[in-house]
Amino acid sequence: MKRQIPLVIVFVFGTLMVIQYFVPHENSEIVKGFLLDWIVIIGIFALALGLWSLVQVSIDKINSRKENWEYPLVTLISLTVMIFFGFTSHAEDASWWGYFLAIAVLLAALWMLAQGLMGNAANRNVKSLSALGLVIVFSLLAIFDGSWEFKFYTAEGLTNQMFVHFFDYIMIPLQATMFALLAFFITSASYRAFRARNLLATLLLISALIVMLRFTPGPWGEYLAKTSSWVMNVPNLAAQRAIVIGIGLGIVATALKVILGIERGYMGKG
Amino acid sequence: MEFTTFLWTTVAAFLTLAVFSFLYKDNPMYKFAEHLFVGVSAGYFVIILWHGALVPNLFKKLADGDWWYFVPGILGVMMFARFFKKSSWISRWPLAMYIGISTGLAIPLEMANRVNRQLWAMMEPINWSSFWGERYLDIGSGYSELFIFVGTVSALVYFFFSKAHTGAFGAVAKFGIWTLMLGFGASFGFTVMARISLFINRIQYLDINWGQTAFNAADTSNVNYHAGFQALFWAVWLIFLVYAVFEYKKYLSNKDKPSQAAGTSA
Repeated sequence: MKRQIPLVIVFVFGTLMVIQYFVPHENSEIVKGFLLDWIVIIGIFALALGLWSLVQVSIDKINSRKENWEYPLVTLISLTVMIFFGFTSHAEDASWWGYFLAIAVLLAALWMLAQGLMGNAANRNVKSLSALGLVIVFSLLAIFDGSWEFKFYTAEGLTNQMFVHFFDYIMIPLQATMFALLAFFITSASYRAFRARNLLATLLLISALIVMLRFTPGPWGEYLAKTSSWVMNVPNLAAQRAIVIGIGLGIVATALKVILGIERGYMGKG
Repeated sequence: MEFTTFLWTTVAAFLTLAVFSFLYKDNPMYKFAEHLFVGVSAGYFVIILWHGALVPNLFKKLADGDWWYFVPGILGVMMFARFFKKSSWISRWPLAMYIGISTGLAIPLEMANRVNRQLWAMMEPINWSSFWGERYLDIGSGYSELFIFVGTVSALVYFFFSKAHTGAFGAVAKFGIWTLMLGFGASFGFTVMARISLFINRIQYLDINWGQTAFNAADTSNVNYHAGFQALFWAVWLIFLVYAVFEYKKYLSNKDKPSQAAGTSA
């Protein structure tokens, strides 16, 4: 039962979706729309599991006081703060002190709660009670401080100044720099990959050099740009086309294996 | 630029330098930036998914009286059965539904959008009337189109491992791997240049947005400019200087000590 029912569900819904594609009827489109909405919702709940896993791993690391245990604290604080910003709106020209005080109280409450639930046995009740007290203080701040309010149903949090600043000045620079950092590692990798040891490595080297030098100024600049354009649009297109066809056929084969119950890895053990 | 905006710019500059400090070695500033990135990104996507998917697809539909949407809501909650060992098998049902729908959807869509479209584009008639093209390495010429067709077929032949790559079949497969190598080289070169562009962008940010603004070199009309800009600029470099001194002192104190590995073997 525990393993058969999921197999039946996969087979029924998989076959239904395949058949639906070939039925050009209004009802078929309605069913498709419904089911697509459904998997988006289920997918979000699955992501919540991943988020919980991140929180649990971070709290475990902090509680065990392993080496570098302070850093997961940074993750948890930034996660909580970002979520708080996204669920709140702040009145224009109002003071920020109440808002920041509320964040501090919320962080302290969550910390006490985590200690009470997952920390050492000693003082567990005291910490849980402290968490409760801090939650009450936070609730009072949320009710009586008019400068900010929770917005769960409308997306006003997305335009919250702090949320936007965290995105513009923390997330984007970090993301761009992480990728920019790869410039150094990819250079050392290209030294190893591009050594002309045989014909295949030489072809790799030549086409990569042509593409990398395409913006070079000088008398050869125009020819390099045209050659680079040809390499990108002809041999590269042929190679990418073959790879895309291969990927497409691979996905179809794997999907068939899943629907027919040959591939069952998604069910895990037990 | 106002002081608060410059403060945020300085935060971004500090984080940029902190990530680049990894080029020296894994260090506290890089670790801080790395963990901050994980937390902020996770929080950002929670909010985007909540406001962009969960509210319009579930809560608003339920508020409109579309009770069918209770089903995915309940199925979603069933995913949390994973937290309890005895009932963790319940979480397989929503997972099975998710996988069933997405795989069933993938089969015709992948065939139509990936395989068929590429095959269709490959079978376009070759431009024999202008085989050599009108200019140097003409993409629209007949030989370029012939190269694309032959290159794709031979690359697919190379991926066919059920038959030994010998004789005429082997020759076609060999041309296939040549085409693939040219393609991989072009893609690799393109990726290298993309990363270099990103690196240039970050250096420009540090120079123009941060450094030049700190000394008001680029924007002399900034009425909000004051000495605090320079103070923030030097404060960031001071952090890195203090760390460099700390590292150097650590290096000096460890220099004369025998290594742990050598001590163990002795």
